[in-house]
Amino acid sequence: MAYTEEELKKELETKEYEYGFYTDIESDTFPVGLNEEIVRAISARKNEPAWMTKWRLEAFEKFQQMDEPDWANVKYKKPDLQSIAYYSAPKAQVKYDSLDEVDPELLKTFEKLGISLEEQKKLAGVAVDIVMDSVSVATTFKDTLAEKGIIFCSISEAIKEHPELVKKYIGSVIPRTDNYYAALNSAVFSDGSFCYIPKGVHCPMELSTYFRINQAGTGQFERTLVIADEGSYVSYLEGCTAPARDENQLHAAVVELVALDDAEIKYSTVQNWFPGDKDGKGGVFNFVTKRGICHERSKISWTQVETGSAVTWKYPSCILKGNDSIGEFYSIALTNNFQQADTGTKMIHLGKRTKSTIISKGISAGQSQNSYRGLVKVGANAKNARNFSQCDSLLMGNKCGAHTFPYIEAKSKTAKIEHEATTSKIGEDQIFYCNQRGIDTEKAIALIVNGFSKEVLNKLPMEFAVEAQKLLEISLEGSVG
Amino acid sequence: MDLKETLLSSYLAFDAQDGPQRKLQDQRAEAIEVFEQQGFPTKKLEDWKYTTLRSLTNDEYVVFPKTEVSLKLEDVKQYILQDVDTYKIVFVDGVYNAYLSETTHEGADICLLSAALTKPKYAPVIKKYFNQIADKDASLTALNTAFTKEGAYIYVPEGKVVEKPVQIIHFATDKNPKLLLQPRNLIVVGKNAEVQVVERHQSLSTGATFTNVVTEIFTEQNAQLDYYKIQNDQAAASLIDSTYIAQQKHSHAKVHTFSFGGKLIRNNLNFYHKDAEINSTMKGITLIEGSQFVDHHTLVHHAHPNSESHQDYKGIYAAKATGVFNGKIIVEKEAQKTNAFQQNNNILMDDKASINTKPQLEIFADDVKCSHGCTIGQLDENALFYMQARGIPKKEARGLLTYAFANNILQSVHIDSVKKRINKLIADKLGVNIGFDV
Repeated sequence: MAYTEEELKKELETKEYEYGFYTDIESDTFPVGLNEEIVRAISARKNEPAWMTKWRLEAFEKFQQMDEPDWANVKYKKPDLQSIAYYSAPKAQVKYDSLDEVDPELLKTFEKLGISLEEQKKLAGVAVDIVMDSVSVATTFKDTLAEKGIIFCSISEAIKEHPELVKKYIGSVIPRTDNYYAALNSAVFSDGSFCYIPKGVHCPMELSTYFRINQAGTGQFERTLVIADEGSYVSYLEGCTAPARDENQLHAAVVELVALDDAEIKYSTVQNWFPGDKDGKGGVFNFVTKRGICHERSKISWTQVETGSAVTWKYPSCILKGNDSIGEFYSIALTNNFQQADTGTKMIHLGKRTKSTIISKGISAGQSQNSYRGLVKVGANAKNARNFSQCDSLLMGNKCGAHTFPYIEAKSKTAKIEHEATTSKIGEDQIFYCNQRGIDTEKAIALIVNGFSKEVLNKLPMEFAVEAQKLLEISLEGSVG
Repeated sequence: MDLKETLLSSYLAFDAQDGPQRKLQDQRAEAIEVFEQQGFPTKKLEDWKYTTLRSLTNDEYVVFPKTEVSLKLEDVKQYILQDVDTYKIVFVDGVYNAYLSETTHEGADICLLSAALTKPKYAPVIKKYFNQIADKDASLTALNTAFTKEGAYIYVPEGKVVEKPVQIIHFATDKNPKLLLQPRNLIVVGKNAEVQVVERHQSLSTGATFTNVVTEIFTEQNAQLDYYKIQNDQAAASLIDSTYIAQQKHSHAKVHTFSFGGKLIRNNLNFYHKDAEINSTMKGITLIEGSQFVDHHTLVHHAHPNSESHQDYKGIYAAKATGVFNGKIIVEKEAQKTNAFQQNNNILMDDKASINTKPQLEIFADDVKCSHGCTIGQLDENALFYMQARGIPKKEARGLLTYAFANNILQSVHIDSVKKRINKLIADKLGVNIGFDV
């Protein structure tokens, strides 16, 4: 009997049905789209208590009433939020059986950054032995930390184990209604980190090391909450100098820091997500909300090195609520090819004798656009508040742009605010000087850029400062000539 | 009825009237449409983030003066520069006052826009310049265009140096309360020509007035323009000043703005570079008290190589006064070797005073020197102490230091009588007797 069109049609229909039937049971990936059901389902999947589900749903309700912001100095095609799957079980880690199969370009970069072989495997998604060093290292870390009473775990774990802390502080610095992406994150955050330093404890290690190893697979909607109790100190490093070949288009993370009386938090970020290719195709949209609140005599210091992502939209801020509190912001933002960055900080002075320092270095190359957008606000009660801001931009070529949008609002006559900004290019005489001494132009530029960024690089934890320097070099490759 | 509706219905009456505005029917129709669509700017717009016009738009203002007023020289003498010979274009409640004015057609045309609009011999100039540089999408400028009828017209032909400064003065009286004035000025400085202009808006009563003035200025090749805006009005008077300057090669335009009083003052000062090797200078002193409000928005658009711009604004805010400064410098990628400098220094004298400032740079070219600096602070305590230790009372010491802070702006003022007058105004405001003539 001939195979008719009718039969084919019928077969296709049944086939579809069959597939549908199976996927519904087996899949650990949620259907594409965003609605209340999805928010509930994420919460249920993570076995969250009822208050958390409610908290998420409230955020989602607020989110639906908000519009995507478009004031930033970046242009991009808005991601379709309905075409994203909001929860998926960690992607199969194993993509390759050995390093030989990994893109050699990627390996070359690893080598330049000086990343260990084991770590290289992990980062590239190569199967690694489960009893690899890092895991045992992680356990040792955990013991040391636990001894001091430091809680450091995933936020999902914290919601279950330490609900009183999470309940008290989550959303206290960045309310769910703060902005479009913060609301979205509050509704659908997949996971993230939680850290609590008890009273008077000086965290003995950079929390970075541990974090770096465990970061993989936390997903695109990260949520981080760091609480430093009275008199404590912690230094925290987020991100990774290695290029993360993440396929997620949209990243909307939220980071909240709480520094109680006399506490100090140092938060460093190195971001090197996929910036898109040379023609500006692809790349990550990085829309992050980061904010810390300082109580009496406390200090929050943000340091960031931003070299990745196609579009960056990020303003780590400090609310200087307590008297004598200090906020700091040190940033290097480097854009190349078609990257766009709109980044800066907000320093809100509310307490008396509060101090803030802003040092921002923007480097634009290729056809990229780099903006500094900052706010320094001194409230009427912030007597003797002090701010110093410096924004320097370096331009390479006349196809890129450097922009500065500093907002300064002072309501106190005792406020002292200084702001200065400069824009310049790398001097031909500087390059000539290097050439003369046998340093080729590409190296010379890297050298000069490193010098330009030194004030910020110095603020990074030591081992990362070294890697960040190399990272700047690599990101600028091919921008000359 | 809110002000927008009043204006839209007044427009119909204005449009039906016979007058110089007839010549501009097309441009005006287009402009009123822009205004109808946009309405008055609100705080939702980035450019109006810190400035609300609600106190004006919720109020009632009228477009047409009821009575023609004549003034005696005695009454207004103090507002007119006397110790120097000048041309004068004087308006009272929006109507030209021939008695107080002194215009000319010798060498240069210094007269009225209404005349320039109606007389055929000016038609080529009007066609070439009128409404060419003003921002057609800015709602307040469009509103002014829609109601264009009268203002100052200055045309300086090639090579002519106007030997006397030109004063443009607008008086508002209590005979026509709550008047919305919309003067429109057109100034063309020809090749190698030079002119100095002093512009002033003055209420003669304590009643409310609202002025929405638009000035278009063209400086041709190698032309020199020196422009002074004196804004020292009554506490109920509001002023929105939009000035657009288009510069040609080698021209130099300087604008000084002295904002000493008024309920609400908003200055939109825009420089557009149409060729290379241009110099733009804008300087200002803001010295206000009470609940006064002054907003300076400047824009310098560097579009060609080898140009310079200098900005220096000083602000002193006492009592509950509020200041806004937004300086925008755009350097296009063609504008290599641009040298753009911007400085904004502010002093808050009292706890209720506030300042919002945003020095903004948008740079697309790499071989440029651009810098901006901005400070908010107080007088140096050590300097105060030093003076007090030498027997100068605190009040005088403060006054002298503040005076010194603002004074260096005056160095670039080239009309002596303006310099003297401003010096005296500053000294009076600060309550100091400087005891010497500057």
